[in-house]
Amino acid sequence: MNADVRTMKTPAEQALSAAFAATRDTLPGKGAVAALRADAFATFETRGLPHRRVEEWKYTDLRALMRDLYPLAAPPDAAAKARAKDAGKLLAGIDCRRLVFADGAFVPEQSDLTPEQGLSIASLAEALAKGDAATAAQLGKTFPTDDVAVALNAALMGDGAVIRIAAGAEIKRPIHLVFAAGADKPSSSFIRSLIVVEKGAKATIIEDHESGAAQVNAALELVVGDEAQVDYFKLTQARALHVASLLATIGAKAQFRSFAFTRDSSVVRNQNFIRFTGEHAHGGIRGVSLLRGKEHVDTTLLIEHAAVHCESREQFRAVLDDESHSVFQGKIVVAPHAQKTDAKMMTRALLLSDEAEADNKPELEIFADDVVCGHGATAGALDPGLKFYLMSRGITDKEAEALLIQAFIGETVEEIAHEGIRAALMDAAVAWLGARK
Amino acid sequence: MPAVQETVEQVRLIDVDQYKYGFVTDIESEKAPKGLSEDTIRFISAKKSEPEWMLAWRLEAYKRWLTMREPTWARVSYPKIDYQDLYYYSAPKRNALASLDEVDPEILRTYEKLGIPLKEQEILAGVRKQGEPSKLDDDEMTVGEARGRVAVDAVFDSVSVATTFKEELKKAGVIFMPMSEAVREHPDLVKKYLGSVVPTSDNFFATLNSAVFSDGSFVYVPPGVRCPMELSTYFRINEANTGQFERTLIIADKGAYVSYLEGCTAPMRDENQLHAAVVELVALDDAEIKYSTVQNWYPGDANGKGGIFNFVTKRGDCRGARSKISWTQVETGSAITWKYPSCILRGDNSRGEFYSIAISNGHQQVDSGTKMIHLGKNTVSRIISKGIAAGKSNNTYRGLVSAHRKATGARNFTNCDSLLIGNKCGAHTVPYIEAKNSSATFEHEATTSKISEDMLFYCQSRGMSAEEATALVVNGFVKDVLQQLPMEFAVEAQKLISISLEGSVG
Repeated sequence: MNADVRTMKTPAEQALSAAFAATRDTLPGKGAVAALRADAFATFETRGLPHRRVEEWKYTDLRALMRDLYPLAAPPDAAAKARAKDAGKLLAGIDCRRLVFADGAFVPEQSDLTPEQGLSIASLAEALAKGDAATAAQLGKTFPTDDVAVALNAALMGDGAVIRIAAGAEIKRPIHLVFAAGADKPSSSFIRSLIVVEKGAKATIIEDHESGAAQVNAALELVVGDEAQVDYFKLTQARALHVASLLATIGAKAQFRSFAFTRDSSVVRNQNFIRFTGEHAHGGIRGVSLLRGKEHVDTTLLIEHAAVHCESREQFRAVLDDESHSVFQGKIVVAPHAQKTDAKMMTRALLLSDEAEADNKPELEIFADDVVCGHGATAGALDPGLKFYLMSRGITDKEAEALLIQAFIGETVEEIAHEGIRAALMDAAVAWLGARK
Repeated sequence: MPAVQETVEQVRLIDVDQYKYGFVTDIESEKAPKGLSEDTIRFISAKKSEPEWMLAWRLEAYKRWLTMREPTWARVSYPKIDYQDLYYYSAPKRNALASLDEVDPEILRTYEKLGIPLKEQEILAGVRKQGEPSKLDDDEMTVGEARGRVAVDAVFDSVSVATTFKEELKKAGVIFMPMSEAVREHPDLVKKYLGSVVPTSDNFFATLNSAVFSDGSFVYVPPGVRCPMELSTYFRINEANTGQFERTLIIADKGAYVSYLEGCTAPMRDENQLHAAVVELVALDDAEIKYSTVQNWYPGDANGKGGIFNFVTKRGDCRGARSKISWTQVETGSAITWKYPSCILRGDNSRGEFYSIAISNGHQQVDSGTKMIHLGKNTVSRIISKGIAAGKSNNTYRGLVSAHRKATGARNFTNCDSLLIGNKCGAHTVPYIEAKNSSATFEHEATTSKISEDMLFYCQSRGMSAEEATALVVNGFVKDVLQQLPMEFAVEAQKLISISLEGSVG
């Protein structure tokens, strides 16, 4: 029953160890960053890849799912960059500041680097190589965790975005981080980004992964300063193992809204570690996953209310067809002093097939006595009554289903403030439905 | 919302330092040598004059247990248990079971003090609850009239000291006897069902129990029989350093009905005592089993010293079509509770229910809940759980609802609320909801806002304040849960009835 017994290392674990040994001297960053890597790697060495006996990974047995490690991606060549160019089409119609990463490495020539007041953009590899003190100081500090996926990311992180938005700045165009697969053979990349939104600043950030057949372990450290407003999107389309971690802190009176949209992905784990550190902050954490075939999508949240009077809303929907498997694990923790917390979590799974599996685990851990916390979870099929109503009005079987599914996810998608992104995601969902057999 | 004053006071009444059953009965007892080994098991088996197959079964479990490790996933923490520093068997020396008159009067007095008279004539005369006047009893009906008769199996440390109404039950065809007797007298039934719901390899504590189990109750209700009275077992740990490992097996044959109650207390002692029981229920076609527990083991003192470790495996198997198993529990005692009464809904159209009120105080740790495993078609389950944490306690609801591929039309409704009193305690909810069938409908909720707006409006339109209205509606709901308890246990539960869950969180 215990997790402390380590048997033999799996091939993937051996490959990860070998990869670290081979690259630790060439990975960017010295001093504190090198120490961070070594510490993180030690965590992985003692714990190994998480498996089903590890409570947080109960439904996504990484040790079984990660058979091997693809070779670490080489810096993208011209052909790889060319392939990356077409990625991120989902938001093509929206005026964004596009920053492109191919196989995890920043491609400045495809990125929009026009200067803007209050906005600074850099590549992580470059910042670390230069020994940028501010970056080194923040890295790994936003939300310390001993999660093994985050540790692996810290040990092997290569490149990513380092973005700083100065106090009071209002960034008009959404910042679109496009993480594309460039290499034409299987590769793996460890991407780490750091975004600091200072006091009172406003920004929309889109983390868009089209990682194709590449293994990706991505982590984003996001600091939302006091009174700042951040809209964050995580779009995922991945045909190989994709593990992404959001490590965020939300300051006082800040507004944070996130939306995760996952479709056409083989194995995805999106884990969010979010801490409310200042009073009167609001967080809306939402997402929609569309699954078919044998796809596996895991959304895991750890929401920590560490300050009084904060409000959070978590709302997730999954639509499952064929033999797909969705996982939702949401944990809300209310610290003893975090009185007047108002947290509500809702997760719903719509099963379109008898072979699909939806596992929901909405969890509450409450240590304060004057709070309002609730969670709800449902799983079920489409309401035959509603379908019958539509069909009795001359709508075909498939259309009726599509309409109902659209309504099911629409309730969550509608919460997106940005009109263009909202429409683009809804279109993508409709396209997904259209492809349903 | 914080808890209302009324609730705080009610919970205070059952705080750890108010424990009323903490006395020790001074009685000579016979124990197995300290520690656990094959010899201990042979000793227990020999004491109970068990047949060879039973001993083999125990030894097999023991071998397996040696290879297992203690589970760590529950949200409880306790010092490592030294399994060699325990007595696995302890029995009062004077234990002639020929008739009640021969039971050691000291033991009879103990049970009287606990409010459980063992003499049938006394029960018939309504002489109960002598030693325990409670102001909460005042507005109750006259005790004797209100309650029907209850057959009691009294388990004192490792042995059953008395079983009442055996003859009358026999007339109805119901077998109600201590497990050790059943092993000898009904080996076929025991062989067929023992370990069929909780296999010996199930989990660390269940395996330990399989190796060293002492007494417990065995119930068999034949086809079509409605058990003429409530059956109950009262467990008492008396001896120091002793673990209690009872094993209960209840079988309701086709179309049978039985209601079974379980109560438990223990003396106040500074050391922790282990209680690792296994309860197995089997309901065949159209049968119904109702199992109620009022768990009041010694919870330890105000500083968290002492108290019972209650590591219990309870599982019911709705084996037949249209069968029903219902668990009701009121949990107030134990230093640590690790308990998940579960239902395996195997038969088509079977039904499982779980009603629980868990109250933790002092340094108590509760990790309790249920598992509803839907295997058959159109199976229905319902979970209502209320957790109240006060003092420095931690109260966790952990529940699994799962529907397997073939469980078409499975339905579950779960509602779990928890309430904190003070800011040094914790309330946690860990539901696992696994749906593998699209026609399964699972709903889990843990909110206070679910009180019907209509009801609130109705009350408010009659001049009640919003708070009063909420309290009234919620109290009505809690009463609903408590009403699942048979009348016979209502007295103990009565104390909890007035607890309002206002201000509760998910």
